Amino acid sequence: MSALNFLSQTLRIAVPYLLAAAGGVLSERAGLIGLTLEGYMLGGAFCAAAGSYAAGAAGMGAVAPWLGVLAAVLGGAALSMLYAASAIRFKADQIVVGIAVNLLAVGLTRFFLRLFFDSSSNSPRVPGFDVKGSGTGFVSLAHNPLVWIGVIMTPLVAWLLYRTPFGLRIRAVGEHPAAAASVGVPVVKVRYMAVALSGMIAGLGGAYLSLDQHQFTDGMTAGRGFIALAAIIFGRWNPLLAGLACLLFASAETLQIQLQGTQMIPSQFVEMIPYVLTIIALAGLVGRASAPAALGKTTTE
Amino acid sequence: MSRRAAIEEAVLPPLVALLLAAVVGDLLILSFGQSPGAVFQLLLEGTWGNAYGFGQVLYKATTLVFTGLAVGLGLRAGLFNIGAESQLAAGGFCAALIGILLPAGIPALLCLPIYVLAAALGGGIVGAVPGVLKARFGAHEVIVTIMLNFIVLALLNYLTSAKIHVPDTLHTPELKSGALPRLGDAFAPFHGSAANSTILLAIVTAVALGWYLFRTRRGFELRAVGLQPHAAEYAGVNVAGVTWRALAVSGAIAGLGGLNYVLGYKHYYEEGFATGAGFLGIAVALVGRSHPVGIVLAALLFATLSQGGLAVNALVPKQMVDVLQAVVILAVSTSVPEVRRLLRGARRSNDS
Repeated sequence: MSALNFLSQTLRIAVPYLLAAAGGVLSERAGLIGLTLEGYMLGGAFCAAAGSYAAGAAGMGAVAPWLGVLAAVLGGAALSMLYAASAIRFKADQIVVGIAVNLLAVGLTRFFLRLFFDSSSNSPRVPGFDVKGSGTGFVSLAHNPLVWIGVIMTPLVAWLLYRTPFGLRIRAVGEHPAAAASVGVPVVKVRYMAVALSGMIAGLGGAYLSLDQHQFTDGMTAGRGFIALAAIIFGRWNPLLAGLACLLFASAETLQIQLQGTQMIPSQFVEMIPYVLTIIALAGLVGRASAPAALGKTTTE
Repeated sequence: MSRRAAIEEAVLPPLVALLLAAVVGDLLILSFGQSPGAVFQLLLEGTWGNAYGFGQVLYKATTLVFTGLAVGLGLRAGLFNIGAESQLAAGGFCAALIGILLPAGIPALLCLPIYVLAAALGGGIVGAVPGVLKARFGAHEVIVTIMLNFIVLALLNYLTSAKIHVPDTLHTPELKSGALPRLGDAFAPFHGSAANSTILLAIVTAVALGWYLFRTRRGFELRAVGLQPHAAEYAGVNVAGVTWRALAVSGAIAGLGGLNYVLGYKHYYEEGFATGAGFLGIAVALVGRSHPVGIVLAALLFATLSQGGLAVNALVPKQMVDVLQAVVILAVSTSVPEVRRLLRGARRSNDS
């Protein structure tokens, strides 16, 4: 196994993490906990498969996966708006509605899997982005526009957050909403927009999963949204550091895949790495991880 | 606030939530081309309408009472325990481990305290970790318990699959003594259902928790911290102590839930037996308003829904129930503040 192979495998695993974490940073910096990333991804993965399948069946050929991507963005946005409205308009507890949105995503994708595809486990094969004979490794990755979007998204979100007026407003409402409101920032509107963006971007991460595997399978996100959340915390709510954390977690997974069969380290221990690192970061054992001051506090205002 | 107003605020939100869930359920059923009346009738017949179905409801409710009480205790202290999933698994695992070590032929009544202790210890240790991290370092218990879920389940998975499983299965050997009788042994109609005498332990735990919360000094301190930690600290309560103890006890209660499966049903630990019960415990505690009586009723509701899903599967996909459970949580959590606001508004206009 060459170094190049290792890197391409790492990137393949990292793309959905990068997308979900980039979206999650926006939501968390605006004060809304990114517990729902898992649900956005799952919803996005299903919508992408359903959209691509429907478009493919309608004979749209190469455009089909793009319609899947569009559906995923819309699906992620719909779930995120449900979350935002519950937490902001109805002042429900973010953690409770966050868990409910995740359960809803599981339930709806299962229900519609039965309704559309008459299966309780997976969709039929759907069109993806890969071109015949496009090879393996980086060559095959380069043919997938979602990989490019995933790689660009991290610096893009960093630029948005630190270099634009909108980003400044997001950070302001996440740190001190009262102060932001007093200088005329529309706190509620900024929060809705940040959460909508997070749903759309995390939905793209889901689309990558189902389009890459050419089908949706029940529960296919398998905790990736929580790994992205772990990366955000480990990256101290900085999009670039969170992106690096995604790459770190993905390389650990690649290592695990390559060590399989050698019995050197049980795979379960490699699985634990992101979660253990996050707890260590939270406990402040390696520097202080300080969250946005108003994170989780949409109920009290 | 008058007693009547307090009861209105406690009872109305769950009713609104159930109504909303029924509407969403109707829509889903209609989208599948079935009649909602027929489906709901089948759901009731398959759960409360016959002894086997009712036994399955009781079995599922038993686990949910434990996880619901665990989450509810945390909420009373102002803490969110999302780790009930792994605490439940750890409790079951420790009980199964003791079951392998105990020799055969010991009377069940003698074994029971040992199993209870093992399960409580297993869940309690997993619960104490976020408790100590919160009390000592201020690490947010929500994130720590989520992360611990993955860590603990991976660890149990490793121990089971690499060390003590029965070859070609994913479960541990059966325990040699101390298995609890099923309800079917005493009441023939329940035969075949998984309901067992762990249900008594669940009721005892609910009563004990109610007594602890509302009749003891420690319980009062715990609720004081939950309502206003700064005021409690000012009044001399050791907030850090309450915090880690509450999460440890919460974990211990969730751990006891593992006995329902390990002692009462299968008599071994199997990977994934706890899946979903921890998260549903959050829903149960929420709908039951973190009160032991409410939690028992809410556990019956959610158990009825999950068993009912199997009953209606011939007409509509059982996955409909997953959606309904999520809708109930969403509706309760959004309608509690909303109903409170509306009630207060109505009262104000009555007064003037």
